[in-house]
Amino acid sequence: MPNGQSDSDVVDVLAQLSLFSDLSRPQLEAVAHTFEEEVFAEGQRVIRQGFGGTGFFIIMDGEAAVRVNGEDAATLTRGDFFGEVSVLLGEPPIADIVATRPLRCLVLAGGDLEGFLVEYPRVLYRMVQAQARRLRSAMQWRS
Amino acid sequence: MAELASRPFEPGRYPVVVIGSGPGGVQTSASLRALGIRHALLSSDDVPGGMFRRFPLFQRLITWTKPFAPAERRTRPYEWYDWNSLLGRVPSEQSLVAGFMDGTSYFPSRPEMEQGLAAFASCCDIRVRYGCTWEGTRRDEEADRFVVETSDGDYACTALVVAVGMTEPWKPSNIPGIEDVPHYVDTRGARTYADRRVFVIGKRNSGFEIADGLLPWARQLILGSPRPAKISVLTHSTAAARARYLQPYEDHVLGGGTFVLDAAIERVERTGEGFRVHASGTSRPGAYAFDVDDVVAATGFGTPLAPLEALGVKTFYQGRLPAQTPHWESTTVPGVFFAGSITQGSVGLKKYGMPSSSAAVHGFRYNGRVLAEHLAATRFGVRPTRRTVEPSEVIGLLLDEAAHGPELWHQQSYLARQLTRGSDGSIADDGIVPLQQFVDQAGPDSVAIAVETDAEGDIHPAVYLRTGGSVEEHLLAGDPLLRFDGEEHRAQLESIMKEWLP
Repeated sequence: MPNGQSDSDVVDVLAQLSLFSDLSRPQLEAVAHTFEEEVFAEGQRVIRQGFGGTGFFIIMDGEAAVRVNGEDAATLTRGDFFGEVSVLLGEPPIADIVATRPLRCLVLAGGDLEGFLVEYPRVLYRMVQAQARRLRSAMQWRS
Repeated sequence: MAELASRPFEPGRYPVVVIGSGPGGVQTSASLRALGIRHALLSSDDVPGGMFRRFPLFQRLITWTKPFAPAERRTRPYEWYDWNSLLGRVPSEQSLVAGFMDGTSYFPSRPEMEQGLAAFASCCDIRVRYGCTWEGTRRDEEADRFVVETSDGDYACTALVVAVGMTEPWKPSNIPGIEDVPHYVDTRGARTYADRRVFVIGKRNSGFEIADGLLPWARQLILGSPRPAKISVLTHSTAAARARYLQPYEDHVLGGGTFVLDAAIERVERTGEGFRVHASGTSRPGAYAFDVDDVVAATGFGTPLAPLEALGVKTFYQGRLPAQTPHWESTTVPGVFFAGSITQGSVGLKKYGMPSSSAAVHGFRYNGRVLAEHLAATRFGVRPTRRTVEPSEVIGLLLDEAAHGPELWHQQSYLARQLTRGSDGSIADDGIVPLQQFVDQAGPDSVAIAVETDAEGDIHPAVYLRTGGSVEEHLLAGDPLLRFDGEEHRAQLESIMKEWLP
C-alpha cells in the first residue's frame, strides 16, 4: 500500500512508548485493538479549544502544537499524549492541539478512558508519572 | 449484457471521472448529473450494485428501511427512516428500496437492496461504462490532469472520484498460519458447516454475522479477538456489532456452548483436516489452544488503492483507507476525491468517539451529494441558487433541520445545515456542509446546526456560531421523543442567537 503501515506496526510502536512499557504482548495487542488510529494533515486541528466531546490521544508519529488563544505554548511529539485533562475534568479543552507536521495518533473516546485506566493500572501509573514530570517543569519555569 | 453492447464513455478527456458502480459511485454520478457536470462513470462490474451483489453473505442487511413511517414515502423526512435508498432529485427517484421489500423484515434482503439500486440507476438514467477495469493512474503535469489507465484505454480528467468501496479482503499479516485461513468472503454455504467446530477470528459485524448464520449448523462456535466485543446498543454507534447479530453473544453469556473470547491470536496451525488455533487471553490472561474443523478470518476489508499507488496517496489504518480532507479529497494528492464507503477515511469531529455513518449507504449517500456540489462550485463555477432566509425564519428553519433533517440525523456531528449572514445583513441558506469544514475554516459570520449523541447516549442538537472569525459551540437540550422544534428549544436557540441575528 502506498504510504501505508504494516499491521504489526501499531503494536510495535506501542511497545516502544513509556506509557505502555509494563504491558505484555497480548495486552499490547488488546490496546492496539481498543484505540482507533487517526491521521491529521499539517495545520489540521486535532482538539478544539472550548468544544466538548473530545478524546484521549497518543502521538505515534509527527508533531503537534499546543495553541492557547492562537499562541503556541508547547510542542508535542512521538509518545506524548493529550486530551486527558479535559476528559478527566469533564470540561472542554482550554487549548487547541494543531498538527504542525503530518500527525498519526491513537485515539480513545473520552467516555472509555476511565474504564481503560482502571483495566490497565500500570498505564495509569505511567500516566501519573508523566503528569508529575509536566508539573515539575511547569514549577521550574515559574520559579 | 445489453449494457456492454452500447457502452458509453469512450476513452478520452472528461471534466470528471468517477470509478465504481456501487451505491457510492452511482450516487455521486446522479448528483453530478443533477448539477449538469459532465463526467464518465467507469466500472469493472457488469451491473450496478457493488458489494451488494454478493454481501452480506447471509442475505439480509443490517440497515433498515421502514415501509411505514411517520414521514411520507418519497419525501426528504422519510430518508430518516429509510437507510438504504439513494437520493434522487424528484419523488419518483426517491425511497426506491422500500418498494421492493416483501414485509418479512424491515432489514431488506440483499436481492431487495440490489433491485432498489438497479431501479435507481435505471430511473435516473445513470450511464456506466461496464466491464472497464481501472489499472493505474498517472499525473500529466503539463496539462494539469490525471490520466486514468483502464482496460479500455486512457481517460484524462481534472478531478478523479474513486468509489471502489472497501472491497479488498484484508487479513493481518502478523499471525503465522493465517494465510491458510479462508477470509469471510470465502465462507461456504451454512450446511457445509453441519456438526463442525468453527473458530471465527474477529468480533465485529462480519464475525457475528457468520456466527449467527452458523448457529443452527455448527457443533461449536468460538469467536476470538484481542479486545472485548463492542455492541451497538451499549456504545450507541452503528460501527459496533449490531443487535440483530447478537444471538451468538447471548448464547455465550448464558453458557449455551458458544464462546466469545478476548484473546490475541498467536498462530494458526494445520492439523490434518482441521486447524489448531493458539491464542493468549487479554481480558483474562491465559494460554489457549483450540482444535477446530474450520477457521474463518472475519478480519475486515481494505480499499483497493493499487491503481493510485504511483501518485503517493497517503493512507492510514494499516493502509486500508486513504487520508482525506473534510470534502473527501486526498490530503496528499489534490484532485483525487473519494466517494462511497471509502469516505469513512474523512473522520470528522468524532465527538464523544462517535464515528460518522460514512461506512454505510445512509451516511455516504449524503457525502456523495455534498461532494458533487463541492466539485461543481470549486472546479466548474456551478453554484446552486442560495435561498435568502428572512431573519424571522432563521430559528424555525434551524430547529426544523435538527428535528427532521435526514443528513443531520444520519451523519451526526459530521454534516450540518449552514446559514451565512452577508455584510448587508441578509441571510443565505448554504445547505448541507461538512461540520469539520465549518468549525476549522475561516469564513463570514455563519451558523451551523448539527445533531449529536453524547457519551451518555443523549441525542441533542448542537449549534455552532461563527462571529468575527471564531466559532463557539452551544448545545441544546435533548428530548425523550426527539422533538427539537418546540417552545423550549425555540427559547434556547433565540437566546443563543440574539446577538447574531440582525
